Amino acid sequence: METALAILIGLFFTVAIYLLLSRSLIRMLLGVAILGNAVNLLIFTIGRVTREVPPIVPNGQYQPLEPIANPLPQALILTAIVIGFSLFAFLLVLTYRAYQELNADNTDTMRVAEPEDSPRPPLSY
Amino acid sequence: MASSAATPKDLPPAMLDVATSIADWVVVWPIVLPMVGAAILLMLRNRTEWQAPFSFAILVATLLANFSLIQTVFTKGTLTMTMGNWLPPFGISFTADSLGALFALVSTVVMIVVLFFVQSEVEDRETKYGYHPLMLILLTGVSGAFLTGDLFNLYVWFEVMLIASFGLMVIGGRKIQLDAAIKYGFINFLATTFFLIGIAYIYGLVGTLNMADIMVKAPLVENGAIASVAALFFLAFAMKAAVFPVNSWLPASYHAPDPAVSALFAGLLTKVGIYGLLRVHLMLIPQSHAQLQIAFMVVAVLTLVLSPLGALAQTNARRALGFLVMGGIGAMLAGLAFGTPYGIAGASLYAVHSMLTMTALYLAVGLVERMGGTSDIRHLGGLYKASSPLSILFLILVFAAAGLPPFLGFWPKLTLLQAGISLTTQKDPLAVYHWWVIGALLLNSLLTSIAGSRLWAHIFWRNGREGKQSEIPNANIKPLDRRGFVWGLLPTMALVGIIVVVGLWPSLYIQAGFESAKSVTIFSPNYITSVFGENSQ
Repeated sequence: METALAILIGLFFTVAIYLLLSRSLIRMLLGVAILGNAVNLLIFTIGRVTREVPPIVPNGQYQPLEPIANPLPQALILTAIVIGFSLFAFLLVLTYRAYQELNADNTDTMRVAEPEDSPRPPLSY
Repeated sequence: MASSAATPKDLPPAMLDVATSIADWVVVWPIVLPMVGAAILLMLRNRTEWQAPFSFAILVATLLANFSLIQTVFTKGTLTMTMGNWLPPFGISFTADSLGALFALVSTVVMIVVLFFVQSEVEDRETKYGYHPLMLILLTGVSGAFLTGDLFNLYVWFEVMLIASFGLMVIGGRKIQLDAAIKYGFINFLATTFFLIGIAYIYGLVGTLNMADIMVKAPLVENGAIASVAALFFLAFAMKAAVFPVNSWLPASYHAPDPAVSALFAGLLTKVGIYGLLRVHLMLIPQSHAQLQIAFMVVAVLTLVLSPLGALAQTNARRALGFLVMGGIGAMLAGLAFGTPYGIAGASLYAVHSMLTMTALYLAVGLVERMGGTSDIRHLGGLYKASSPLSILFLILVFAAAGLPPFLGFWPKLTLLQAGISLTTQKDPLAVYHWWVIGALLLNSLLTSIAGSRLWAHIFWRNGREGKQSEIPNANIKPLDRRGFVWGLLPTMALVGIIVVVGLWPSLYIQAGFESAKSVTIFSPNYITSVFGENSQ
C-alpha cells in the first residue's frame, strides 16, 4: 500500500513541478493545486498507513486497547487543506484581476514591476 | 510547570492538572492582542476614524506585553504555555526563549513606527478595505512564528503572515501591485509548501512536531535521513529569506506597494525566514548544521557580494533598497554558517539591526518619493535643499546599513567578524574557507556603502536631474506638507533616533544578542525543561 501511494505521490509532485515551470499562470495555478494535494497525500502516508480502526478510547480507559489509525496526520491534512484552499482561492482571484488589468496570463509579458528595457544606472558619481 | 505525577483528580495522566498561571500567559499576549484587535477592527471597518487610534492602542498594549515577556524570559529563562490542558507533546505549546522574545519585541516596535507613518499616506478607501486589520494580522503572524513551540504551528503562522502580506501587497490595486503580487504570491506559497513537506518528513522520522520533543528525539535518527529533511527546510526558509539563488522575487515585488508596506515587509518578513533557519538548523536538528555548513557558506558569500552589486545597477531607489535588504540576509547567513555562539549572536544582532534600519530606509525613501514625485534616481536631485533633516537621516541609515561605526550596523558586523576569525584558528577542515566568508562580509560593507552613498548623492546632493541639467535646480520638488511632516518625517526620525542611541550605547543590545544565542545553543536543555517540566531530564 505504501509503495503504491509513494509512486502516486511522486507522480503528483512530477506533474505539479512540470506545471509550475510553465509560463502560463493558469497552468501554474493547476500546478499549485496539485502540489497541495501531493503534500496532503505525503502527510497521510508518512503518518503510517494502518488498519481503519477509529481512534476512540473506550469508556473508563486512558488508552485504546488495540492498534488504531493515527488521527494526527488527518488533523494536519485538514488544516493544510483549509489553508491551501484559501490561498489557492486568493491566487485565483489575483490571477484573474491581473489578467483583466495587465492583459497578460504569461509571466514573460508581465513586466510592469520589472520593466524589460530598464534604463542603465546614471554614470555620475 | 508541567507535572506528570499521579493526580488526585479524575484526569488522565496525559493532561495537565494545574492551569497555566496567569503570569505565564504573557507568552501568548503578543499574539492574542493583535489578533483580537484585528478582528474587532474588521467589524468596525466602516468607522474609518476609529481604525488608527484603536490599532495604536492595541499596538501599545502589545508592546507592553512584549516588554514584560522579554523581561521574564531574560530573568527566569524560557517560558512555556501549553494549550488545551494536554501535556506536551500532545498539546500545542507556545515557548518563548530569548531569541523569539527579542525578535517579537523588535517587530512590534517596527510596527508601531510604521503605523504612524501610514497615517501620512493612507486613503479613506484603503482604510475601508482593511489596511489596519491587515497590519495587525501581519504582526500576529510574525509574533506567532517567533513564539510558537510547535513546528506545524509555525507553518500556520507562516500562512497567516503570508495572507496578510498578500492583502497589504495588493491594497490600492495599482497595476504594478498586481504584477508584483503574482510573483510574490506564487513563490512564497511554494516556499511554505516546501516547508510543509519538510514538516511531513520530520514527523515521519521522529513521530512528533513539538520542537522540544524533536530536540530530544532527533539525535536518534540516522544522519542521511536528517540531511535530506534539513535540505528541504533550508530551501524553504532560504526562499522566505531571499537568499541568493532563490531571491529574485524580492526585488521584483518590494517596490510595488505603498512605501509603508514595503518598509514593513523589508523589516519583518525576511527575518522570519532567518529565524526559521536558526531555529531548525542549530536547535531542532543540530546535526544538520555540519552537513550543510558548506552550502551555508557558499550562499552566504554569494548573497553578501552579489546583492549590493545589484543595488548599484538600479535606477529605482526602492528596488535598490531591496537589494540592500538581501545583503543583510547574507550577513545573517554568515552567522548561521559559523554556528558558534558568537556567530549566532552576530546573526540575531544583525537581524534586529536589519529590522530597524531597513524599515527606516524604506520610510525615508517613501518621503523622498513624496517630495520628488518619483523613485527614479535619475530624475531626483536637490532634495538636500528641500529637506536637510531627511538627507541627514538617510545618510545615517546608509552608514548604519553598511556597518560603519558608530551606528547600529557596526556591532553585529564586528561580532560576526570576531566569530569568523576565531574559527579560522581552529583545527577544522573548513578553517581556511572561513576567510572567504570574512572577506565577503567586509566586501559587503564596502559595496553597501558605495551603493548607499550613490543613492544619497543622486537623491540629495546633486542639484537637479541627470545629465546636463544636473546644475539646474530640480523644479519638481514639493516640500512636505504638514501631514507628511508630522506623521511621516517625525516617526522616521524617532526610528533613526533609536538606531543612533542603540548604536552609541550598545551594551544592552549586545547583551540581548548573546542571551538569544545562548538560548539557541548552550541553554537549549532549558528549552526542553521549560516544555516538559523539571523531572523530564
